Amino acid sequence: MSAAASLRATAVVFVAALLQVVIVSSLVIAGGAPDLLLVVVVVLGLLRGSIPGAVLGFFGGLIVDLVTLGTLGVTSLVLTLAGFWAGRHGETTGRGQRFAPVVAVGAITLLAGAFGYVLHYLLDEEVVAKHALVTALAPAFVLNLILALPVHRLVRALVGEELRAESSAEVEVVL
Amino acid sequence: MSRQRSARSAALGLTVRRIPTTIPSRNAGSLRRRLVVGILILASLVLISLSFRSEDTGPVSGVQSAGATALRPFAVGLERVAQPFRDVYAWGDSLLTARSDAEELRTELRELRQRSIQSDFALQENEYLREQLDYIDGPRFPADFRSVVAEVIGRPGVAFTQAIVIAAGFDSGVRLNDPVVTADGLVGRVTRVSPDTARIQLLTDEEAAASAIDLRTGATGIVRHARGTRETLVLDRVRKQDVVRRGHEIVTAGWRAGALSSLFPKGIPIGKVTSVGQTDTDLFQQVQVDPYVDFGALDAVIVLVPATRSG
Repeated sequence: MSAAASLRATAVVFVAALLQVVIVSSLVIAGGAPDLLLVVVVVLGLLRGSIPGAVLGFFGGLIVDLVTLGTLGVTSLVLTLAGFWAGRHGETTGRGQRFAPVVAVGAITLLAGAFGYVLHYLLDEEVVAKHALVTALAPAFVLNLILALPVHRLVRALVGEELRAESSAEVEVVL
Repeated sequence: MSRQRSARSAALGLTVRRIPTTIPSRNAGSLRRRLVVGILILASLVLISLSFRSEDTGPVSGVQSAGATALRPFAVGLERVAQPFRDVYAWGDSLLTARSDAEELRTELRELRQRSIQSDFALQENEYLREQLDYIDGPRFPADFRSVVAEVIGRPGVAFTQAIVIAAGFDSGVRLNDPVVTADGLVGRVTRVSPDTARIQLLTDEEAAASAIDLRTGATGIVRHARGTRETLVLDRVRKQDVVRRGHEIVTAGWRAGALSSLFPKGIPIGKVTSVGQTDTDLFQQVQVDPYVDFGALDAVIVLVPATRSG
């Protein structure tokens, strides 16, 4: 990943994190709000690979935890894994698939919701399972799916896509 | 090493061997990937551990406060840019409920409610004082407080917590556990403070609670969130012999026992009783309260800072 692309990706995550905290979180529709930052991190993982996905996820999570004065590291951990999984999906089964962003965003939204719930539970924070896993997650899932393709196009236009060479194994003939 | 494979040689069934030079690079890539993710996960866990164990004045809080202070201008700037769009969204969202008419009535209702609460409290207080002349009065509201008005600049995700972040902090005199209100009523309390920002735990949060009183009958209880919903509160711990009726107003109780006192001053409106129920097996009544504050549309709040506090 070139320095310019890294800088652009970092800026995209920074803006997405602030937008998420300041605006998007308050756009509650049917009990849930979209998670723009999660969608951006997943899309960046798909476009740039697992390592940039994980690093950018960690960075975005840190911004959110700093701005909201939350427990440092919680959002970073969730988004690190989200970015990494999205990257692995893009490097393997999702490569070249048209609806890979939708599939990845959908699956990771559900996994991140469940993992976030477990994490908060382990930190002894009172969270109502029904609300976290159904009331808030179901609309967030739908809203994130709606965001997936437009965000993918926008981020791809801003950051570009990592060109991955087909890894065909070289062989030699032994006579 | 020259490449010697041809269709002919392949057809002849010659032994074919993979060139091993690509395998180490693949392994190196995989190792690097695992190493980076492992380091990031470890860093996250270390941050969680430090943040969770640290005290409010510890080094982690200091770093977090510095980070929040550095990011505050961006958040405030974005909030200002977004405000018109947020207003349009809010307007569109509430179009079906005839917002303009409701706003006018709400303002009128707010004034009447304040007057009603004040006169009801005065009446109740007079009667009480007449009956018990030697009673020493408890905390007074709102004379003992000064207000710090602050803009709402952030909201953590809605799934796990009910909180807001405001653009006022330690430097404005805001401290931990200060009560937060709006003109409508009680909002919550301060749970974290940095020099320029503070995190407010809303009354609808799972861990929030406030001692409260029925303004008409004096029945006491604890207001907390209603499980399963975010917009309704319950008045818990109301004894069965106490009288609470639908439509009664619930305000903060503001108790004081020796050196101890409740976080919230008395008389701050909380909400109106929407339903009362009880079963034979329950020890207490089940009282549902509709809060006056619209927790989803908070643009600015007032932090009540004790007048006696310096700075």
